[in-house]
Formats: sequence, structure tokens, C-alpha cells
Amino acid sequence: MSTLILGCGNPERGDDAAGLVAARKLREMGLNALEHSGDMLSLFYRWAGYDEVIIIDAMISGAPAGTIKWINPREDTIPGKQFHSSTHEFGLAEVIELARSLAQLPPKLTICGIEAGHCDIGAPLSPEVAQAVEKIVLDTYQLVAQTSR
Amino acid sequence: MKSIKVNMLTRVEGEAALQITLKGDRVTDVKLNVFEPPRMFEAFLRGRHFNEAPDMVARICGICPIAYQMSAVHAFERALNIQIDPMVRMLRRLFYCGEWIESHALHVFMLHAPDFLGYPDAIQMARDHRTVVEQGLRLKKIGNSIVSLMGGREIHPVSAAVGGFYKVPAESELRSLTEDLKWALDASLATVKLVSGFEFPEFERDYEFVALSHPHEYPFNEGRIASSKGLNIFVPEYEEHFVERHVKHSNALQSLMNGRGAYFVGPLARFNINFAQLPDVAKQAAKDCGLKLPVLNPFRSIIVRAIELVFACHEALQIIADYQMPESPRADFTIRAGTGSAATEAPRGLLYHRYKIDDQGLIQFAKIVPPTSQNQKQIEDDLWHYVPQVTALSSEQATWKCEQAVRNYDPCISCATHALHVRIDRA
Repeated sequence: MSTLILGCGNPERGDDAAGLVAARKLREMGLNALEHSGDMLSLFYRWAGYDEVIIIDAMISGAPAGTIKWINPREDTIPGKQFHSSTHEFGLAEVIELARSLAQLPPKLTICGIEAGHCDIGAPLSPEVAQAVEKIVLDTYQLVAQTSR
Repeated sequence: MKSIKVNMLTRVEGEAALQITLKGDRVTDVKLNVFEPPRMFEAFLRGRHFNEAPDMVARICGICPIAYQMSAVHAFERALNIQIDPMVRMLRRLFYCGEWIESHALHVFMLHAPDFLGYPDAIQMARDHRTVVEQGLRLKKIGNSIVSLMGGREIHPVSAAVGGFYKVPAESELRSLTEDLKWALDASLATVKLVSGFEFPEFERDYEFVALSHPHEYPFNEGRIASSKGLNIFVPEYEEHFVERHVKHSNALQSLMNGRGAYFVGPLARFNINFAQLPDVAKQAAKDCGLKLPVLNPFRSIIVRAIELVFACHEALQIIADYQMPESPRADFTIRAGTGSAATEAPRGLLYHRYKIDDQGLIQFAKIVPPTSQNQKQIEDDLWHYVPQVTALSSEQATWKCEQAVRNYDPCISCATHALHVRIDRA
């Protein structure tokens, strides 16, 4: 089974970089993981052809910073406002819903949301989010290793 | 109905609100309230080296970064009297083709078409019009591929430099885009046919259109600034004829023509002023769908954008076929003090930059006038005239129609503040 991990975010906006940091670490551990910034619509082209896709992204839901939420978009609707950081109308939730309308969701898709504490310009990850990233990296590594066994 | 209020305009880039006040069926006030915060680019460019500016101004917009880079590099090249290689000039046109394809495909299919087909957004439209949306996404992807190949990445590309490019593609790299672009040209022609079949409100105004005008080319980077009512000036004369003003309700400056008021930039302006410079394939597409010059109905801008998609795909194919890698990607030059201005055609219209640099190449002054700032007053003026057509509708329908009228201009609010919410008040 082919698996792709996509870490989304803005490297210059504090905890919004959480997905990018996680993807970079997973790639260094030998997994097929890519960092994705900017145009969320192009996620369509990046995940095409994969059996399993895991997307890691920061979210703002009001939960404590560093809270981790695993979502299966095939069973759950994505809370649009929690993943909306784009000024170009197409955030992660909109892209997932558009893919659902076009029957182009990957066969297996998981979203891992990390609650952001702050999205300050140029700031590093907050300690809570940095800790959550470490946990997600280990959990994702184990999950993918298990599936590929 | 006392008012139409859109607290957050959707399917536009950035954050703004629209407030329309009515007394009976009479419009008494229209305010396009751009509340996206000012971004101070002109101020923080001061003191930076001109070589940094193309990458900094690209950050003004995620959709049209190339426009900002192109206006900036041309302005500095005029200040430093740099002549660029003719092939580099063609590559810059190709770069711009990529941005127009990407931006127009996004607006035509994902942002504006839902208005005409009666859907609140592209996601719901996709359920019933799957092929149309897939076509739009593929066109956009092809635009992204050009930008990515030319600029090193899709968003905020990094290759544009004063004097040329930091790196230019090999001939084989560019030719790898040919098959996709042939498909894109056919898809664009089909798009013209599709969107020209939409229903358009009867709405025309006596606009003054303003665009670059070039004797031999549909304009991207070069030309004089011309208007549909007789203005024809060199780019450095821009500030003698156009002024910016601050209005209380907007964080974006509004531009006006001296003594003449609001004017109109963008695809409609380019098309009306430069129709003769379009390639035959685009002219024929316009003729086949019955588009007559001048196009004065802003709702028909969706057709003109589709025709510009035809032009951009055709132009990209020509450039790629003729391309020979230049000997050097960048011209040599000596730094000196000077002032330079340039205007290029961003997807949304004329984009003017002026810079003053000292003998070390440090920026002393920067002025940037984006297309949405120039169209802002025209958008408000359109609504003054359009709202009486929709007052008999339900509040919800009237609000939607007003949003659609704003989307005719594909406004890029982030650019204009260097934002849209609609509100109609009925007294």
C-alpha cells in the first residue's frame, strides 16, 4: 500500500508550522512525507494515486494548545473554521469537501489536527505544540509501519 | 428592505465588507469597507537593497506574486538603465501567462461560475457540474506548472531578478509543458463557449477603461498607458494623471483619474483597448460567442477572462516553440542612484510601481498602486447603479446579486491594502 504524509502550514507563523515540522521529521525517519505550504487546492495533485494519505495541520478549535485530534473525513465532516487559515477561500476543509464532491478523496484519508497556541509572525513552535509534534511523529511512524507490515 | 449588508464578502481574496443604504428603492450610500489591515509594504521597503525588493513585493499576493515581481524589476531596470536579453523578455511573458492561467482559472471556475449557475460555492457546484470543476482545476494546475518551472515554486516564486532571472529553464524543460498547454488551449476555448451561455443582467455603464497598450502585443510588461476615452501617456507620467485618496471606510487607498473620477482596470479594459493585438484564435472565440466591442457589461467579464485564458495558452505555446536558452540569464549592470517607474498587467489589471534608489542601491522611496485600489471606486459606483435592479428581490437574493457584482472585478483585497463582508441598510 502506498502512503503519503502531507504536513501543511506556514513556516513563518508560529504554531501554524506544526504540520511542516512533523512532516520533516517523518521524512528524516525514512517515510514518504512532504511539506506543503501555500495553495491548498494543489493538495489534489499531490495526493493523486496514493492508497493512504495522512495530513498533519494546525487547527484552532478553542481546545488547549497542543491538543491532538484525529479525524477520518470519510466518516466525519471537517470543521471548516478550525482549519481555515487561507485568505484564498480554499482552506484544508474546503479542499477535502471539494474532493468529496468530485469523488476524488484518497481511498484512506486521515487528518491529524494539532491545536495551535499562537500564530505569531516569525515565532517558534510553542512548547505545548512542539511536544504534541513529537508525539504525533512517533504515533504516525508506528501507524504507517504497522500498515506497511 | 432598508439595507444590504455583507459582513464578510466571500469568494474574493482577502477581507472586506459591503454596506449599501437604501431609502425606499433609492440608494443613499454604498461603502466597500476594506478592513483588512494596512500592510505598510511601501514603508518597510525603504532602506532595503533593490535586489531584495522582487522577493519582498511578491509577498503582497499569493495569487499574483509575479505581477508584483515584474512591475518591480522593470521599474528598477529603468532606474538603472538596464537592457534585458530579448529571450529573457519572452520568458517574462511566459511567466505572466502562467499567472494569468492560474488566476483566471481560479476565478472563472471556482469563484465566479457558482454565481451564474446558482450555487453558494464551488464545492456544491462540483456535485452537479463535476466535469466543469475538474476542467477548471486542471487548467489551474497547468498555470501553476508554468509558474513552478519558471519561478522555482508555485507560490511566491524566487527566480525573478533585476536584469533577468537568477536561473532560466532548459529548452527541454519548457517543451515538456507543450502537451498540457495544447489541452489547456482547447479547454479554454470550451470555457469561452460554456460561460458565454450564462445569463447576464442587463447592465452597462459608460466606463473609462485603462490598460497598457502595445502596438504589437496583448500587454503584459510593456506599453503606454491608454484609456478608452483618449488618454495615452508614457508610464512615468502616471502620477500626473492618477491620484490616490484615503476614505474613512477603507484601509485601501482609492485611485481616481485627475478631474475625471473612477476608472476601470482589468480584463475588460485590456480587451476593449487591445482587441486588435489578440491572436486570431482568441478573436474568433470572441466573435463566435457574439461578444461585441466595447464590452460595457461588467458581468460579462467572466467571458473576457475565458478569452484571456485562450490568449495566455496560445501565447505560452508560441513562446515555448520559439525558445532558445539565453547565453546569460541576467544582464550585467552598474549600480547608480536613480528613479524608475513601471506598469505591468496583473490578472486584475494595471499594477504601477515607482522606486527611488541611492548610489548604494538602497531604496529611498517606493510607491505601489495595485489594480484593486484602482477599481475600488468603480465597484462602489457600479453598485449605486445596479442596486435599483435588485431591490424587488428578497434580502438574501439581493445581497447575493450585489456580491456577484463585486466579484465581476475579481478583487484582491490583500493587494489593495497592501478584504469582503456585504451590508445593505434600508432607511
